[in-house]
Amino acid sequence: MTTETQVHVSLVVNGTRREVDVPARRLLSDVLRHDLGLTGTHVGCEHGVCGACTVLVDGAPMRSCLLFAVSVDGAEVTTIEGCCAADGSLGPVQAAFRDCHALQCGFCTPGFVTTVTAYLRENRAPTEAEAREAISGNLCRCTGYQNIVAAVLKSAEATVSEPANGDPA
Amino acid sequence: MSTRMFGERITRTEDQRLVSGNGRYLDDLGHDALEAALVRSPHAHARIVDIDVTDALEVDGLVAIYTYEDLDGRMAEPLPLLIPHPSLTHGRTQYALAREEVNHVGEAVAMVVARNRYLAEDAAQRIRVEYAPLPAVVGIESARTADHLVHEDVPGNVAAVMVQQTGDADAAIDSAPHVLELELEIERSASTPLEGKGVLARWDDDDKSLLVHTSTQTATSVRQAIAAKLGLPVDRVEVVTPDVGGGFGVKIVHPWPEEVLVPWAACRLQQPVKWTEDRREHFVSSAHERGQLHHVRVGYDDDGRLLGLSVRFWHDNGAYVPYGLIVPIITSTQLLGPYKPAVYRVEFSSLYTNTVMVTPYRGAGRPQGCFVMERTMDAIAAERGLDRTVVRERNFILPAEMPYDQGLVFQDGRQLLYDSGDYPATLAKLKKLVGWDEFEAFRAQAAEDGRRVGIGLACYVEGTGVGPYEGGHVRVETDGSVVVSTGLTSQGQGHATMLAQIVADELGVPFDRIRVTTGDTRRFKYAVGTFASRTAVMSGSAVALTARKVRDKALRIASTALEAAVEDLEIVDGRVQVAGAPEAGIDLGTVAVLSNPLRYAFDEAAGAATQFATPADPNTPPVEAGEAPGLEAVDFYSPTRSTFANGMHAVVVETDPDTAEVRILRYCVVHDCGTLVNPMIVEGQIHGGVAQGVGGALYERLVYDEHGQLLNASFMDFLMPYASEVPTIEIDHLVTPSPLNPLGVKGAGEAGVIPGSAAIAAAIEDAEQVTIRRMPISPSELFDLRRKRT
Amino acid sequence: MKPSPFTYHRPASVGEAVATLAGLGGSGKVLAGGQSLVPLMSMRLSAPDHLIDINGLAELDMVEVTDGTVRIGAGARQARVERDPAVREAVPLLGQALANVAHPTIRNRGTVVGSLVHADPSAELPAVLLLLGGTMELRFPDGVREVAAADFFLGPMSTAVRPGELAVAARFPRQPAGSGSAFVEVSRRHGDFALCGVAAVAVTDPDGAITSARVALVGVGGTAVVVDVTPAVRGSGGDLDPSARDGLVDGHVDPEGDIHATADYRRQLARVLTGRALEQAVVGARNGGRRR
Repeated sequence: MTTETQVHVSLVVNGTRREVDVPARRLLSDVLRHDLGLTGTHVGCEHGVCGACTVLVDGAPMRSCLLFAVSVDGAEVTTIEGCCAADGSLGPVQAAFRDCHALQCGFCTPGFVTTVTAYLRENRAPTEAEAREAISGNLCRCTGYQNIVAAVLKSAEATVSEPANGDPA
Repeated sequence: MSTRMFGERITRTEDQRLVSGNGRYLDDLGHDALEAALVRSPHAHARIVDIDVTDALEVDGLVAIYTYEDLDGRMAEPLPLLIPHPSLTHGRTQYALAREEVNHVGEAVAMVVARNRYLAEDAAQRIRVEYAPLPAVVGIESARTADHLVHEDVPGNVAAVMVQQTGDADAAIDSAPHVLELELEIERSASTPLEGKGVLARWDDDDKSLLVHTSTQTATSVRQAIAAKLGLPVDRVEVVTPDVGGGFGVKIVHPWPEEVLVPWAACRLQQPVKWTEDRREHFVSSAHERGQLHHVRVGYDDDGRLLGLSVRFWHDNGAYVPYGLIVPIITSTQLLGPYKPAVYRVEFSSLYTNTVMVTPYRGAGRPQGCFVMERTMDAIAAERGLDRTVVRERNFILPAEMPYDQGLVFQDGRQLLYDSGDYPATLAKLKKLVGWDEFEAFRAQAAEDGRRVGIGLACYVEGTGVGPYEGGHVRVETDGSVVVSTGLTSQGQGHATMLAQIVADELGVPFDRIRVTTGDTRRFKYAVGTFASRTAVMSGSAVALTARKVRDKALRIASTALEAAVEDLEIVDGRVQVAGAPEAGIDLGTVAVLSNPLRYAFDEAAGAATQFATPADPNTPPVEAGEAPGLEAVDFYSPTRSTFANGMHAVVVETDPDTAEVRILRYCVVHDCGTLVNPMIVEGQIHGGVAQGVGGALYERLVYDEHGQLLNASFMDFLMPYASEVPTIEIDHLVTPSPLNPLGVKGAGEAGVIPGSAAIAAAIEDAEQVTIRRMPISPSELFDLRRKRT
Repeated sequence: MKPSPFTYHRPASVGEAVATLAGLGGSGKVLAGGQSLVPLMSMRLSAPDHLIDINGLAELDMVEVTDGTVRIGAGARQARVERDPAVREAVPLLGQALANVAHPTIRNRGTVVGSLVHADPSAELPAVLLLLGGTMELRFPDGVREVAAADFFLGPMSTAVRPGELAVAARFPRQPAGSGSAFVEVSRRHGDFALCGVAAVAVTDPDGAITSARVALVGVGGTAVVVDVTPAVRGSGGDLDPSARDGLVDGHVDPEGDIHATADYRRQLARVLTGRALEQAVVGARNGGRRR
């Protein structure tokens, strides 16, 4: 059996251009984690249900376990690492998760943070019901979601008062 | 003056790294490692006829393939039966790789090691295993009928039969004015943490030592198991627990086949090897729980008081029993909850089936017991025409009766002795929180709007802080920072934060100067593990005791240096000072320097400390007899028995008259886990437990067909709840401190899940006037019950 | 759970995509959104030797709203279609159905055409295409053919697309003036596949009497099923008689049971949700409906 053909993939990840040569079947989640060393994006199921692998592709949340890296060649990708503020401190969504005890084991958290970051750009002041609905595509086994809903609402307050900060590059 | 940390809602020290994507979970490590994949049985029960690896050898990047024949020494023996018990007469465990027979879909048959996981799976797929299928035993019915056997040498598929009784229950029931019989069932479910299992092993040939990272709940025990299996001296093996993405019990089992196979391969290949479990593997080769069938006979008087209770149940333990009988023993004993039946008898049979093995999942047998007891209480209330809270009150153990001996042996082999708890007060708080007495008015109003609502409640008691022990190590460094370690592990419970809060108060140091390590055998070698809601009780107490030792030593050294009496000294913000006179003080870091009479002043701190050093007495040794260098201590906490937490949940549901969908309108919790170290963390544990309770009541079941195929081995079809399925959770606390440990704490980790099915079943029954004896319940099943009723 | 190896093709034009597909006979699979295909590949339940990635083709990434039709190209993401104001105005049922498709994150990548070609019996979009009488545009090397919805869905996961053909667009006719529509479904969890779902379109006359009531049901057979419920309209008010309505539905559905729900329960849902969907659609129609 011959060695697999590699394809060249070029992405802008968290504001930096990254280039890799990988097999076409390599999932974006694996490229991010293992080829680019950005292990903040986690893999919980590899069939698109749990959402732990959610990243932003050209600003829209997508399951990185359901994307071949080559298929998003050229895209801008934002991972959990890119949700920090420009100076490396916690962004408003991350800070809200910490303040509201919205994480326990932290494994699902990156998928929530990216999803919520994108959501709040479009919905600056969600109601509690809207906040709950916004996070109802991501699984968490630890928190029972209560504090995650609270964190969404708290992030909304913070983002509204500081619109420029926390925007990933 | 620093603020007290104990009891405060301190944000967690773990979060900075976790929330910024800098956690280090198993698969984040070992980028240079080879990767493993397992060939797993597609049959529930079969003999292995032949394994042909020819086609797999062509795969580029393949490094090795192993089957049972390659296993040597103790690797070729079955995996250990961790918790033997006299009643476990027919305990069977699996081999690391199946030897001649496979006993469930998913059992490991061969291991492939390759350059990466993609290639390992390519090779694994090409390995041809020839099986001779055997009849599969699936479900409690076919296990106990035993037309076929899982293990040839286990008659009737019975691993164990166990009886506990406090008297002649049958006689008591026979002579009772009223008798009820119920049959109840809970279906199989599973922990399903978001992160599966994983192992990374690295053999250092220069040092002749093995370093293993594993996503486990017990690093110290895995270490022992690996050393034993690989024939290595224990001190040549270290096990480190990375960040763990949830455990909920499933990661307490050890060693998994992969936990010994991966290190074994790493030693043979002289290269690091990593295995990261995928989601499908987790469903078919980790562990499940909950499946039990109960038959209850209860005798009671006109007031609903329990005169005799006899429970006979069958526990599906899957294909193997490495964890022994812990789950059904917990069911047997914790079933009693807060009640005192005059006589109780419980008998269970633990049965083999050709399915994934059964080991503890949060609650560990208590949800089943609680369901049985609470449904029985509701049935009594219905028959007597009594309010369901009144029947319960009449059967409560009262505070004046504490400590209360239930007359049984608990899962830790010790007396089931309730030390504290105020059940009437808990119930009063719950009734107030949910508005129990106002509910009929609400129901009437809802009915006018065409809505169907119901209310239910359930009570539980939880034995927490199971022994035998845990330990703590505390060391003050020369820069004043404090290093703390304990041997058990963390899976998101905020242990590092909680333990730091305890040390901050005990030692008088700033919270942010404390670093806590858990689950690393390099730092702490004696431990049991994280399970049974024991960390705050066990490690919390151990660390508190240890910190007190360090404090005492610091004061002794400081009193000499400051020429002050120990009684006049206090430690505030990391500084030992004469009470009320901070200028006359000495930093703990300096005390640490003084505690270690070095010959060499190798840094500034050491040099500066000399100003406090009193001239050495040439006639006494620098380190006195009985003392040790360093400002550190180790201590252990080992209780005589568990300490008993309790709680009660009340649920209000609404059911759709047409679609039979169930919506939870309110979920109320009153929770007593003694004193709280960090209320925010405790509430988080309750939230998570309740979500799993809701899941177990309305959504989660593992479904096997009659051939032993798991029909829903994915998150698509095993229905863990999203936020949309979990209600808002209202919590009130009661505090009855534990008299058994220095902190007065009781365990809190599992409580939230225990009464979920019971309370929700009761609420749906109340709304619908149907009888619910089996959980979980789906809208389709409720629809069915409705039709049967009419 | 990693996919098997495949040869990856990234055609630069639709023509090239079609030629590649045709050249591969049946051994090429089209990758659009991938939200259904990739999990199957990761589980190795699907292992195509060739994958033809059409995501980069600008020609397919279009949504055209004209007087008569909404034409959605094979590259158009579900999220985009859901938000498109012109689509919401012309074919409100599409947005109503899309809100029930999985989760927003999935819809950011999944395509409308992809879902139609995947033809899951529990999927929402095939019901919409069937109910509105839409068509699928299939291209092959020598040309294009249009297949009516009624001829397109052959069975579970099975459509009229021939090996070597590429579905390039789906056409949805504008909903009639004065009509109302709704999509109602019951699933076990938020975003799960429907146990049963109903798309409904109703038309009323100026007095509010129902002149047309039609539904398409999901999860009640091998494909979505269209039922004309208009015969159940009774009386001077032009309302639907519930038992006549239920009878019509019963006669057209043949659901199966599985681990999530029995066949009988799905029948119950079919009746109940038809009632609810039509109720909402009728209210919409009576409130002016979709204006021309």
